[in-house]
Order: sequence, then C-alpha cells, then structure tokens
Amino acid sequence: MAHQKPGRVAYVNARLLDPASGLDAHGGILTDGEMIVDLGPQLAGPGVLGDVGVEVIDCGGKCLAPGLIDIRVQLREPGEEHKETFASAAQAAVAGGVTGMVCLPNTDPVIDDEATLEFVARRARQLGLTKVYPYAAATKGLAGQEVAELGLLSEAGAVAFTDGVSAIANAQVMRRVLSYAATFDLLVVEHPEEPALAAGGLMNAGELSTRLGLAGIPAEAEVILVERDLRLAAMTGARLHFAHVSTEAALKVIRQAKAAGLPVTCDTAPPYFALNEGEVSDYRTFAKLSPPLRRESDRQAVIAALADGTIDVIASDHAPQDQDGKRRPFRHAEFGGIGLETLLPVTLQLVRDGHLTLLQGLDLMTRRPAELLGLPGGRLERKGPADLVLFDPEAPWKVTPESLNSKSKNSPFDGRLVQGRVLMTVIDGRRVYQSAA
Amino acid sequence: MTTPSTHRHLLGIQGLTPPEIVDLLDCANTYVEQSRGPAKKGDLMVGRTVVNLFFENSTRTRTSFELAAKRLGADVINMETATSSLNKGETLIDTAVTLNAMHLDALVVRHPDSGAVQLLSEKVNCSVINGGDGSHEHPTQALLDALTIRRRKGHLDGLTVAICGDVAHSRVARSNIHLLTTMGAEVRVIAPKTLLPSGIEAMGVKAFTDMRAGLADVDIVMMLRLQTERMGGSYIPSIREFFRFFGLDREKLALARPDALIMHPGPMNRGVEIDSVVADDVERSVIREQVEMGVAVRMAVLDRLTRERGSPDARN
Repeated sequence: MAHQKPGRVAYVNARLLDPASGLDAHGGILTDGEMIVDLGPQLAGPGVLGDVGVEVIDCGGKCLAPGLIDIRVQLREPGEEHKETFASAAQAAVAGGVTGMVCLPNTDPVIDDEATLEFVARRARQLGLTKVYPYAAATKGLAGQEVAELGLLSEAGAVAFTDGVSAIANAQVMRRVLSYAATFDLLVVEHPEEPALAAGGLMNAGELSTRLGLAGIPAEAEVILVERDLRLAAMTGARLHFAHVSTEAALKVIRQAKAAGLPVTCDTAPPYFALNEGEVSDYRTFAKLSPPLRRESDRQAVIAALADGTIDVIASDHAPQDQDGKRRPFRHAEFGGIGLETLLPVTLQLVRDGHLTLLQGLDLMTRRPAELLGLPGGRLERKGPADLVLFDPEAPWKVTPESLNSKSKNSPFDGRLVQGRVLMTVIDGRRVYQSAA
Repeated sequence: MTTPSTHRHLLGIQGLTPPEIVDLLDCANTYVEQSRGPAKKGDLMVGRTVVNLFFENSTRTRTSFELAAKRLGADVINMETATSSLNKGETLIDTAVTLNAMHLDALVVRHPDSGAVQLLSEKVNCSVINGGDGSHEHPTQALLDALTIRRRKGHLDGLTVAICGDVAHSRVARSNIHLLTTMGAEVRVIAPKTLLPSGIEAMGVKAFTDMRAGLADVDIVMMLRLQTERMGGSYIPSIREFFRFFGLDREKLALARPDALIMHPGPMNRGVEIDSVVADDVERSVIREQVEMGVAVRMAVLDRLTRERGSPDARN
C-alpha cells in the first residue's frame, strides 16, 4: 500500500494557513498524487467536488498548513545508531509535523564526500517519510583546516555547508571557506561560538554558574564570533547564516548587519525563546545545551528578534543523546536536546502569548527555511508538493519519554505541559502520520 | 530541646536557615567537650553504618569524618575510588546503586565535579553528606570555620570576614559565603580578577582586587589554597607574583584589626598564599583549631541527620 501512488484526495473543512500568500481562511485542498492541484475557500465542503474517485477527508475545522521544514537536525546515522536512526528521527519528524529536515554533517563518517552524501540521500528515500536534505562539511573531516569539496558536494545535493556543532576557529580558514563558497553562491552555516572562550564551559557564565560552581561560557563567545564572521562575510561577499543564536548582543549586531545590507541570516531554536539558564539550577543535564541556555534578558531579546524579523528561521536543533550520555555529573554530560516533536507546540506558545501571529510563527518554520536553502515545499500552491500538516493549535499534552518517538528522550521540555498537537502529516500526498487520539 | 532536622541530606549550606546553623554549631560545641574528655566515644550511632566515599584524595577530611562517625559509635568503611577520566558518571551511579543495596545509614561523598553529590543523593535511600563537590560546596568546612570563629569571637553577626585567593574554583569560599552572609557577617572576597568568578557580588559579598584595601579593619582573614595547576601562567603569571600581591604576610596582615584571626582550610602552600611566619603565629592563627572543630562539626552533622530517624530501609 505504501508504494501505491496516492489518488485524488480532498482535505475539506479546514482552516487553511499559508504564510507565503498570507492565506488564513476556511477552505480545503485537493491533491492528486504527489501534488496539490487546487486549494481555497471553494473547497471548504465536500459537496462542491461531486467527483467520484476523490477521497474526502474532513479536517474538522483544524489548521491545515504546509509541512514544517526543520533546518537543523542531528541524525546520528551513520555512526551512532544507538542514539537515533533515520527511521526513528523520521518517525519523530512526522509526529512533529516536519515534512523536510536538514541534517548536520557530524556523523561518523563525516559527510564530507559525495559517497556519504549519497548514502544519506538513499537511506532517507528508502524510508519514504520526512524528506532529508544534507548539509555537507565546510572543512574536510570537520577539522577546521582545509576547505571541503564544496562545488562537487553541492552538485551531489548538499544544500549548504557547515562544520556542524563547532565553529571554524581559524579566521583564515573561515575566510577561505566563505570566499570559495561565494564562487558558487553557496551558503555557509556557522555555529557562532568562539571556541577558546567557550572551552571547558558547561553553562551560561554568570551569577548562576558561579553559585553552582560550574565553568561558564560567556555570552561574549557568541557575539565575538558573529562579529568576526560578519567582517569576513563583508570581505568575501559570501552568504552567511548563523545557527541557534541565543544572545541579545549577537542579535543586535546581526540586526545592524542586515540593516547595512549584508547577505546574512540566522535562526534560533525553541529552548532559546522558551527557557532560560534557571533550568540548570538542579544540575539538570537535559538543560545542558549548546549554546547554553542564557539569561532571561537574552530570552526576551530572542523573542523580540523573532517578532521584528531579525531571526529568519526557527529550527529544532534536534540533538539526540542516550541515557548514558546524560545520566552523569553535569560536567561529563553530553550537550544537546531533542526537538523535532516540540518544535510546533513550543513555537505556538509565542502565538498564544501574542508575540507572533499564527501566520508569522508558521512562516518561520515553512516558507522562510525553504527559501533560505532553496528547498521545495514550505507553501501551499498549485503544482507544489503535497507536504501538509494538520494540527490542533490548542490541544494540550505533556512532554514525557513515552510521548516522544525519538529514540533518545533528552528533551529540555521533559515534564512540561504544551499546547498544539499534530493530527496528520502528509508527504507527497501520502498520509504518513495520524495521531492516535 | 532542639527539634530534629527536617533535612535528610546535607548537600550544601545554601538552603539552611539561621536557626538550623545555630543548632548545628551548638550541637558541635557539646562534641568539642566530649572529644576533649576521657570518654571520647558515645553510643548515638551504635549499629549504624557510615561509608566515606571519596573520589578525590583527601586524607585530612576523610580522617576527620571517620573519627567523627567512630566517636558516635558507628561502623565506618572508607572507600577511595580512583576515577578514570572516562565514564566517571556511570561509575558514580553504579556505585550509588551498589552501596544502596548494602543498607547504609549515612554516606559521606567527596567528588571532583560540581553537582555530583546531589546526583548521587537522588539514587540512594540513606542520608548523604557533601564532603566537597567540585567548585560548588563544602558545607562541613564552612560549619567548622563558623564554629572556630564563634568560639573565639563569641558571635558571627557583625563581623567582617575577608576570603582571599582562588575564589573562582573554591567550594570552601562558596559555602563560607552562604553561611557567613546568612548569619549576618559582612563578607569580602579578595583576588586577582582572573580568580574572581562573574556575578560573585550577587552572592552578597564585596569584591576587592587590592588586598590592602580588602583587609582594612577585618576581623577574620580566611586564606584559600591555590591549586598548583592554576599557578603556571593560566590564571596567575607566577607564584612569586601571586605571593607579592595576594599572599598573606605580616605587612598586609597589619591592615586588619589587631585581634584579627587567620584561617586556612589546609593543606597550606607556604610561601604561595601564606607566609610561614603568619601561619604559625600562635596569637593569631587558628588553623590547628579548625582541624579540631572539624571533627566536632562532623559529629553534629551526623547527629542531626540520623538522630530520631529509623534505618533508611525501615522508612521505605
């Protein structure tokens, strides 16, 4: 059945939401095979179709939007399949309404040659769930020394280039990466953290780290690298994107750089607008993230930057770690938290709190990431891929290990009550996920 | 009449109230007298088992805890676990689960990582006493310092205490700051900026980088041990430069009150943070007295955590 080509399906009685066109209206979508063939208020009820051979799905008035595109996911396959696999990540993704995800190259082996890149693409296709797009390494072996084969990797399908969870420390290497990437108009994605300043650090530096006796990572580590890279971007003319920006200071200089016309973009992840460093108080290792959770004033600044457009994208920054990696004294615990299944509900809280409209919130997870990386989808349009998410924005649920599909359970939102539940996920016209409830 | 402590563990000074601190110090005072008399050993903990689990070598602290438990009549086991840098955490939780199966009454833990003692306390049924965790807390050190001060000065409130040296990495400094500020003393910290942690003023202390200014008119000078790995250019340029500006010698001590006491948690680096002449000054230095108070304070902590409680397993 899974391989059978889907026929014509009408999703009716839905609240249609398309950030790209600004559509927010009661209506429906008609798909044929892998494509959207029609959409709009005229498809609100089943009566208008009157066509035999069309399967009709009543959406019950719930929200129907383009499937989410998550541009920062660590897959752990190949190399660390005990933490996450393509299969478990894809299950988590579809349960979270994510129809496209972009994976980091920090696997084992590293994605820095065409063979590994093609392996990833092939494995993802075989699953037939969420579409997987790979980043490739910006430097060979993620070693931060030599520029990787950006041109060849781009031809083989790499959507952008990054050294993953570490910054390119050497300014000269970064200059060459940017300069060479600019040759082919490729995007470079940076983890903005000055490595020497952050070395040995475990949480945000400040009063709380002093009280807990934990080595701190100063907020300056982020803004210093951002400022350096902005200079290098201006020098080379390259397109540059900063991942998971977490501090007020860095957002301020990115805002200024954008105003000055630099081709720079950035994203953040839900923990940085929903949580602050106080989560670490009990040495809670699930709150040990990279970059670290920051002060409350930084969290507020991230929200302000989402509202004013300084931040272009919200990504989950999904980083699975198994029990062994987190059940340790704080110093020895791994960094990172999973996020595919909490991306939508935690972002919807910004909408409920009045910081963003529903269309703005969805825009940051659909059209904007698709446009940033040149990916299909992210909008509702005729002849576009039928990648859809149906969700109830108010439905409450509790984040527990049992509620999550990811193989690792290290959610920084563990134990929290959230609102917003995915009811159905459609990829290329196929219903790949339906909630049990 | 004192009410039994509601705490099951002693993980830090943070969270203790002034009456709880006073109760511990009063209790410790009675144990000072017991330890000085001919009948050193009591029977409060007869039949109870205490394990000293040390992931860091410390003969002094371990001996002090051992003596305290034995003077209360407990059976004591010492475990010094050399930890490999790999997989420390798994070792910790495995060890906790193993020990928990042995029906302990109290577990004294020292560990090189901040928060490790709390993590362990979440996995066992017995009382856990923090014998020092990373740069976080060393509560019995702060209690023994407070007892020493109170016996000499008669009170803690209103005193001015200067804590000098490697504040950034010191659990002794943190526990003392919590205790002394809670009890109404004025606390100053004195160190070069590389050894002053960010946001330290938020803990209710005044920070000084000029030792002479910081020592002016203080009642207590508390020196901290400088770890050797911080001496060679990483945090301070050299030992001689540190001693010149931040070592306690007669000249700098002259700025403190004439009756100011000199304290050090030991072991001392003579000629690094403290001059031998000052350390051995019988008029001013109470460093040896601190060691004596350590045993009494640890007896008081064991007393308050285990008195009037059944065995941990009976509680379940």
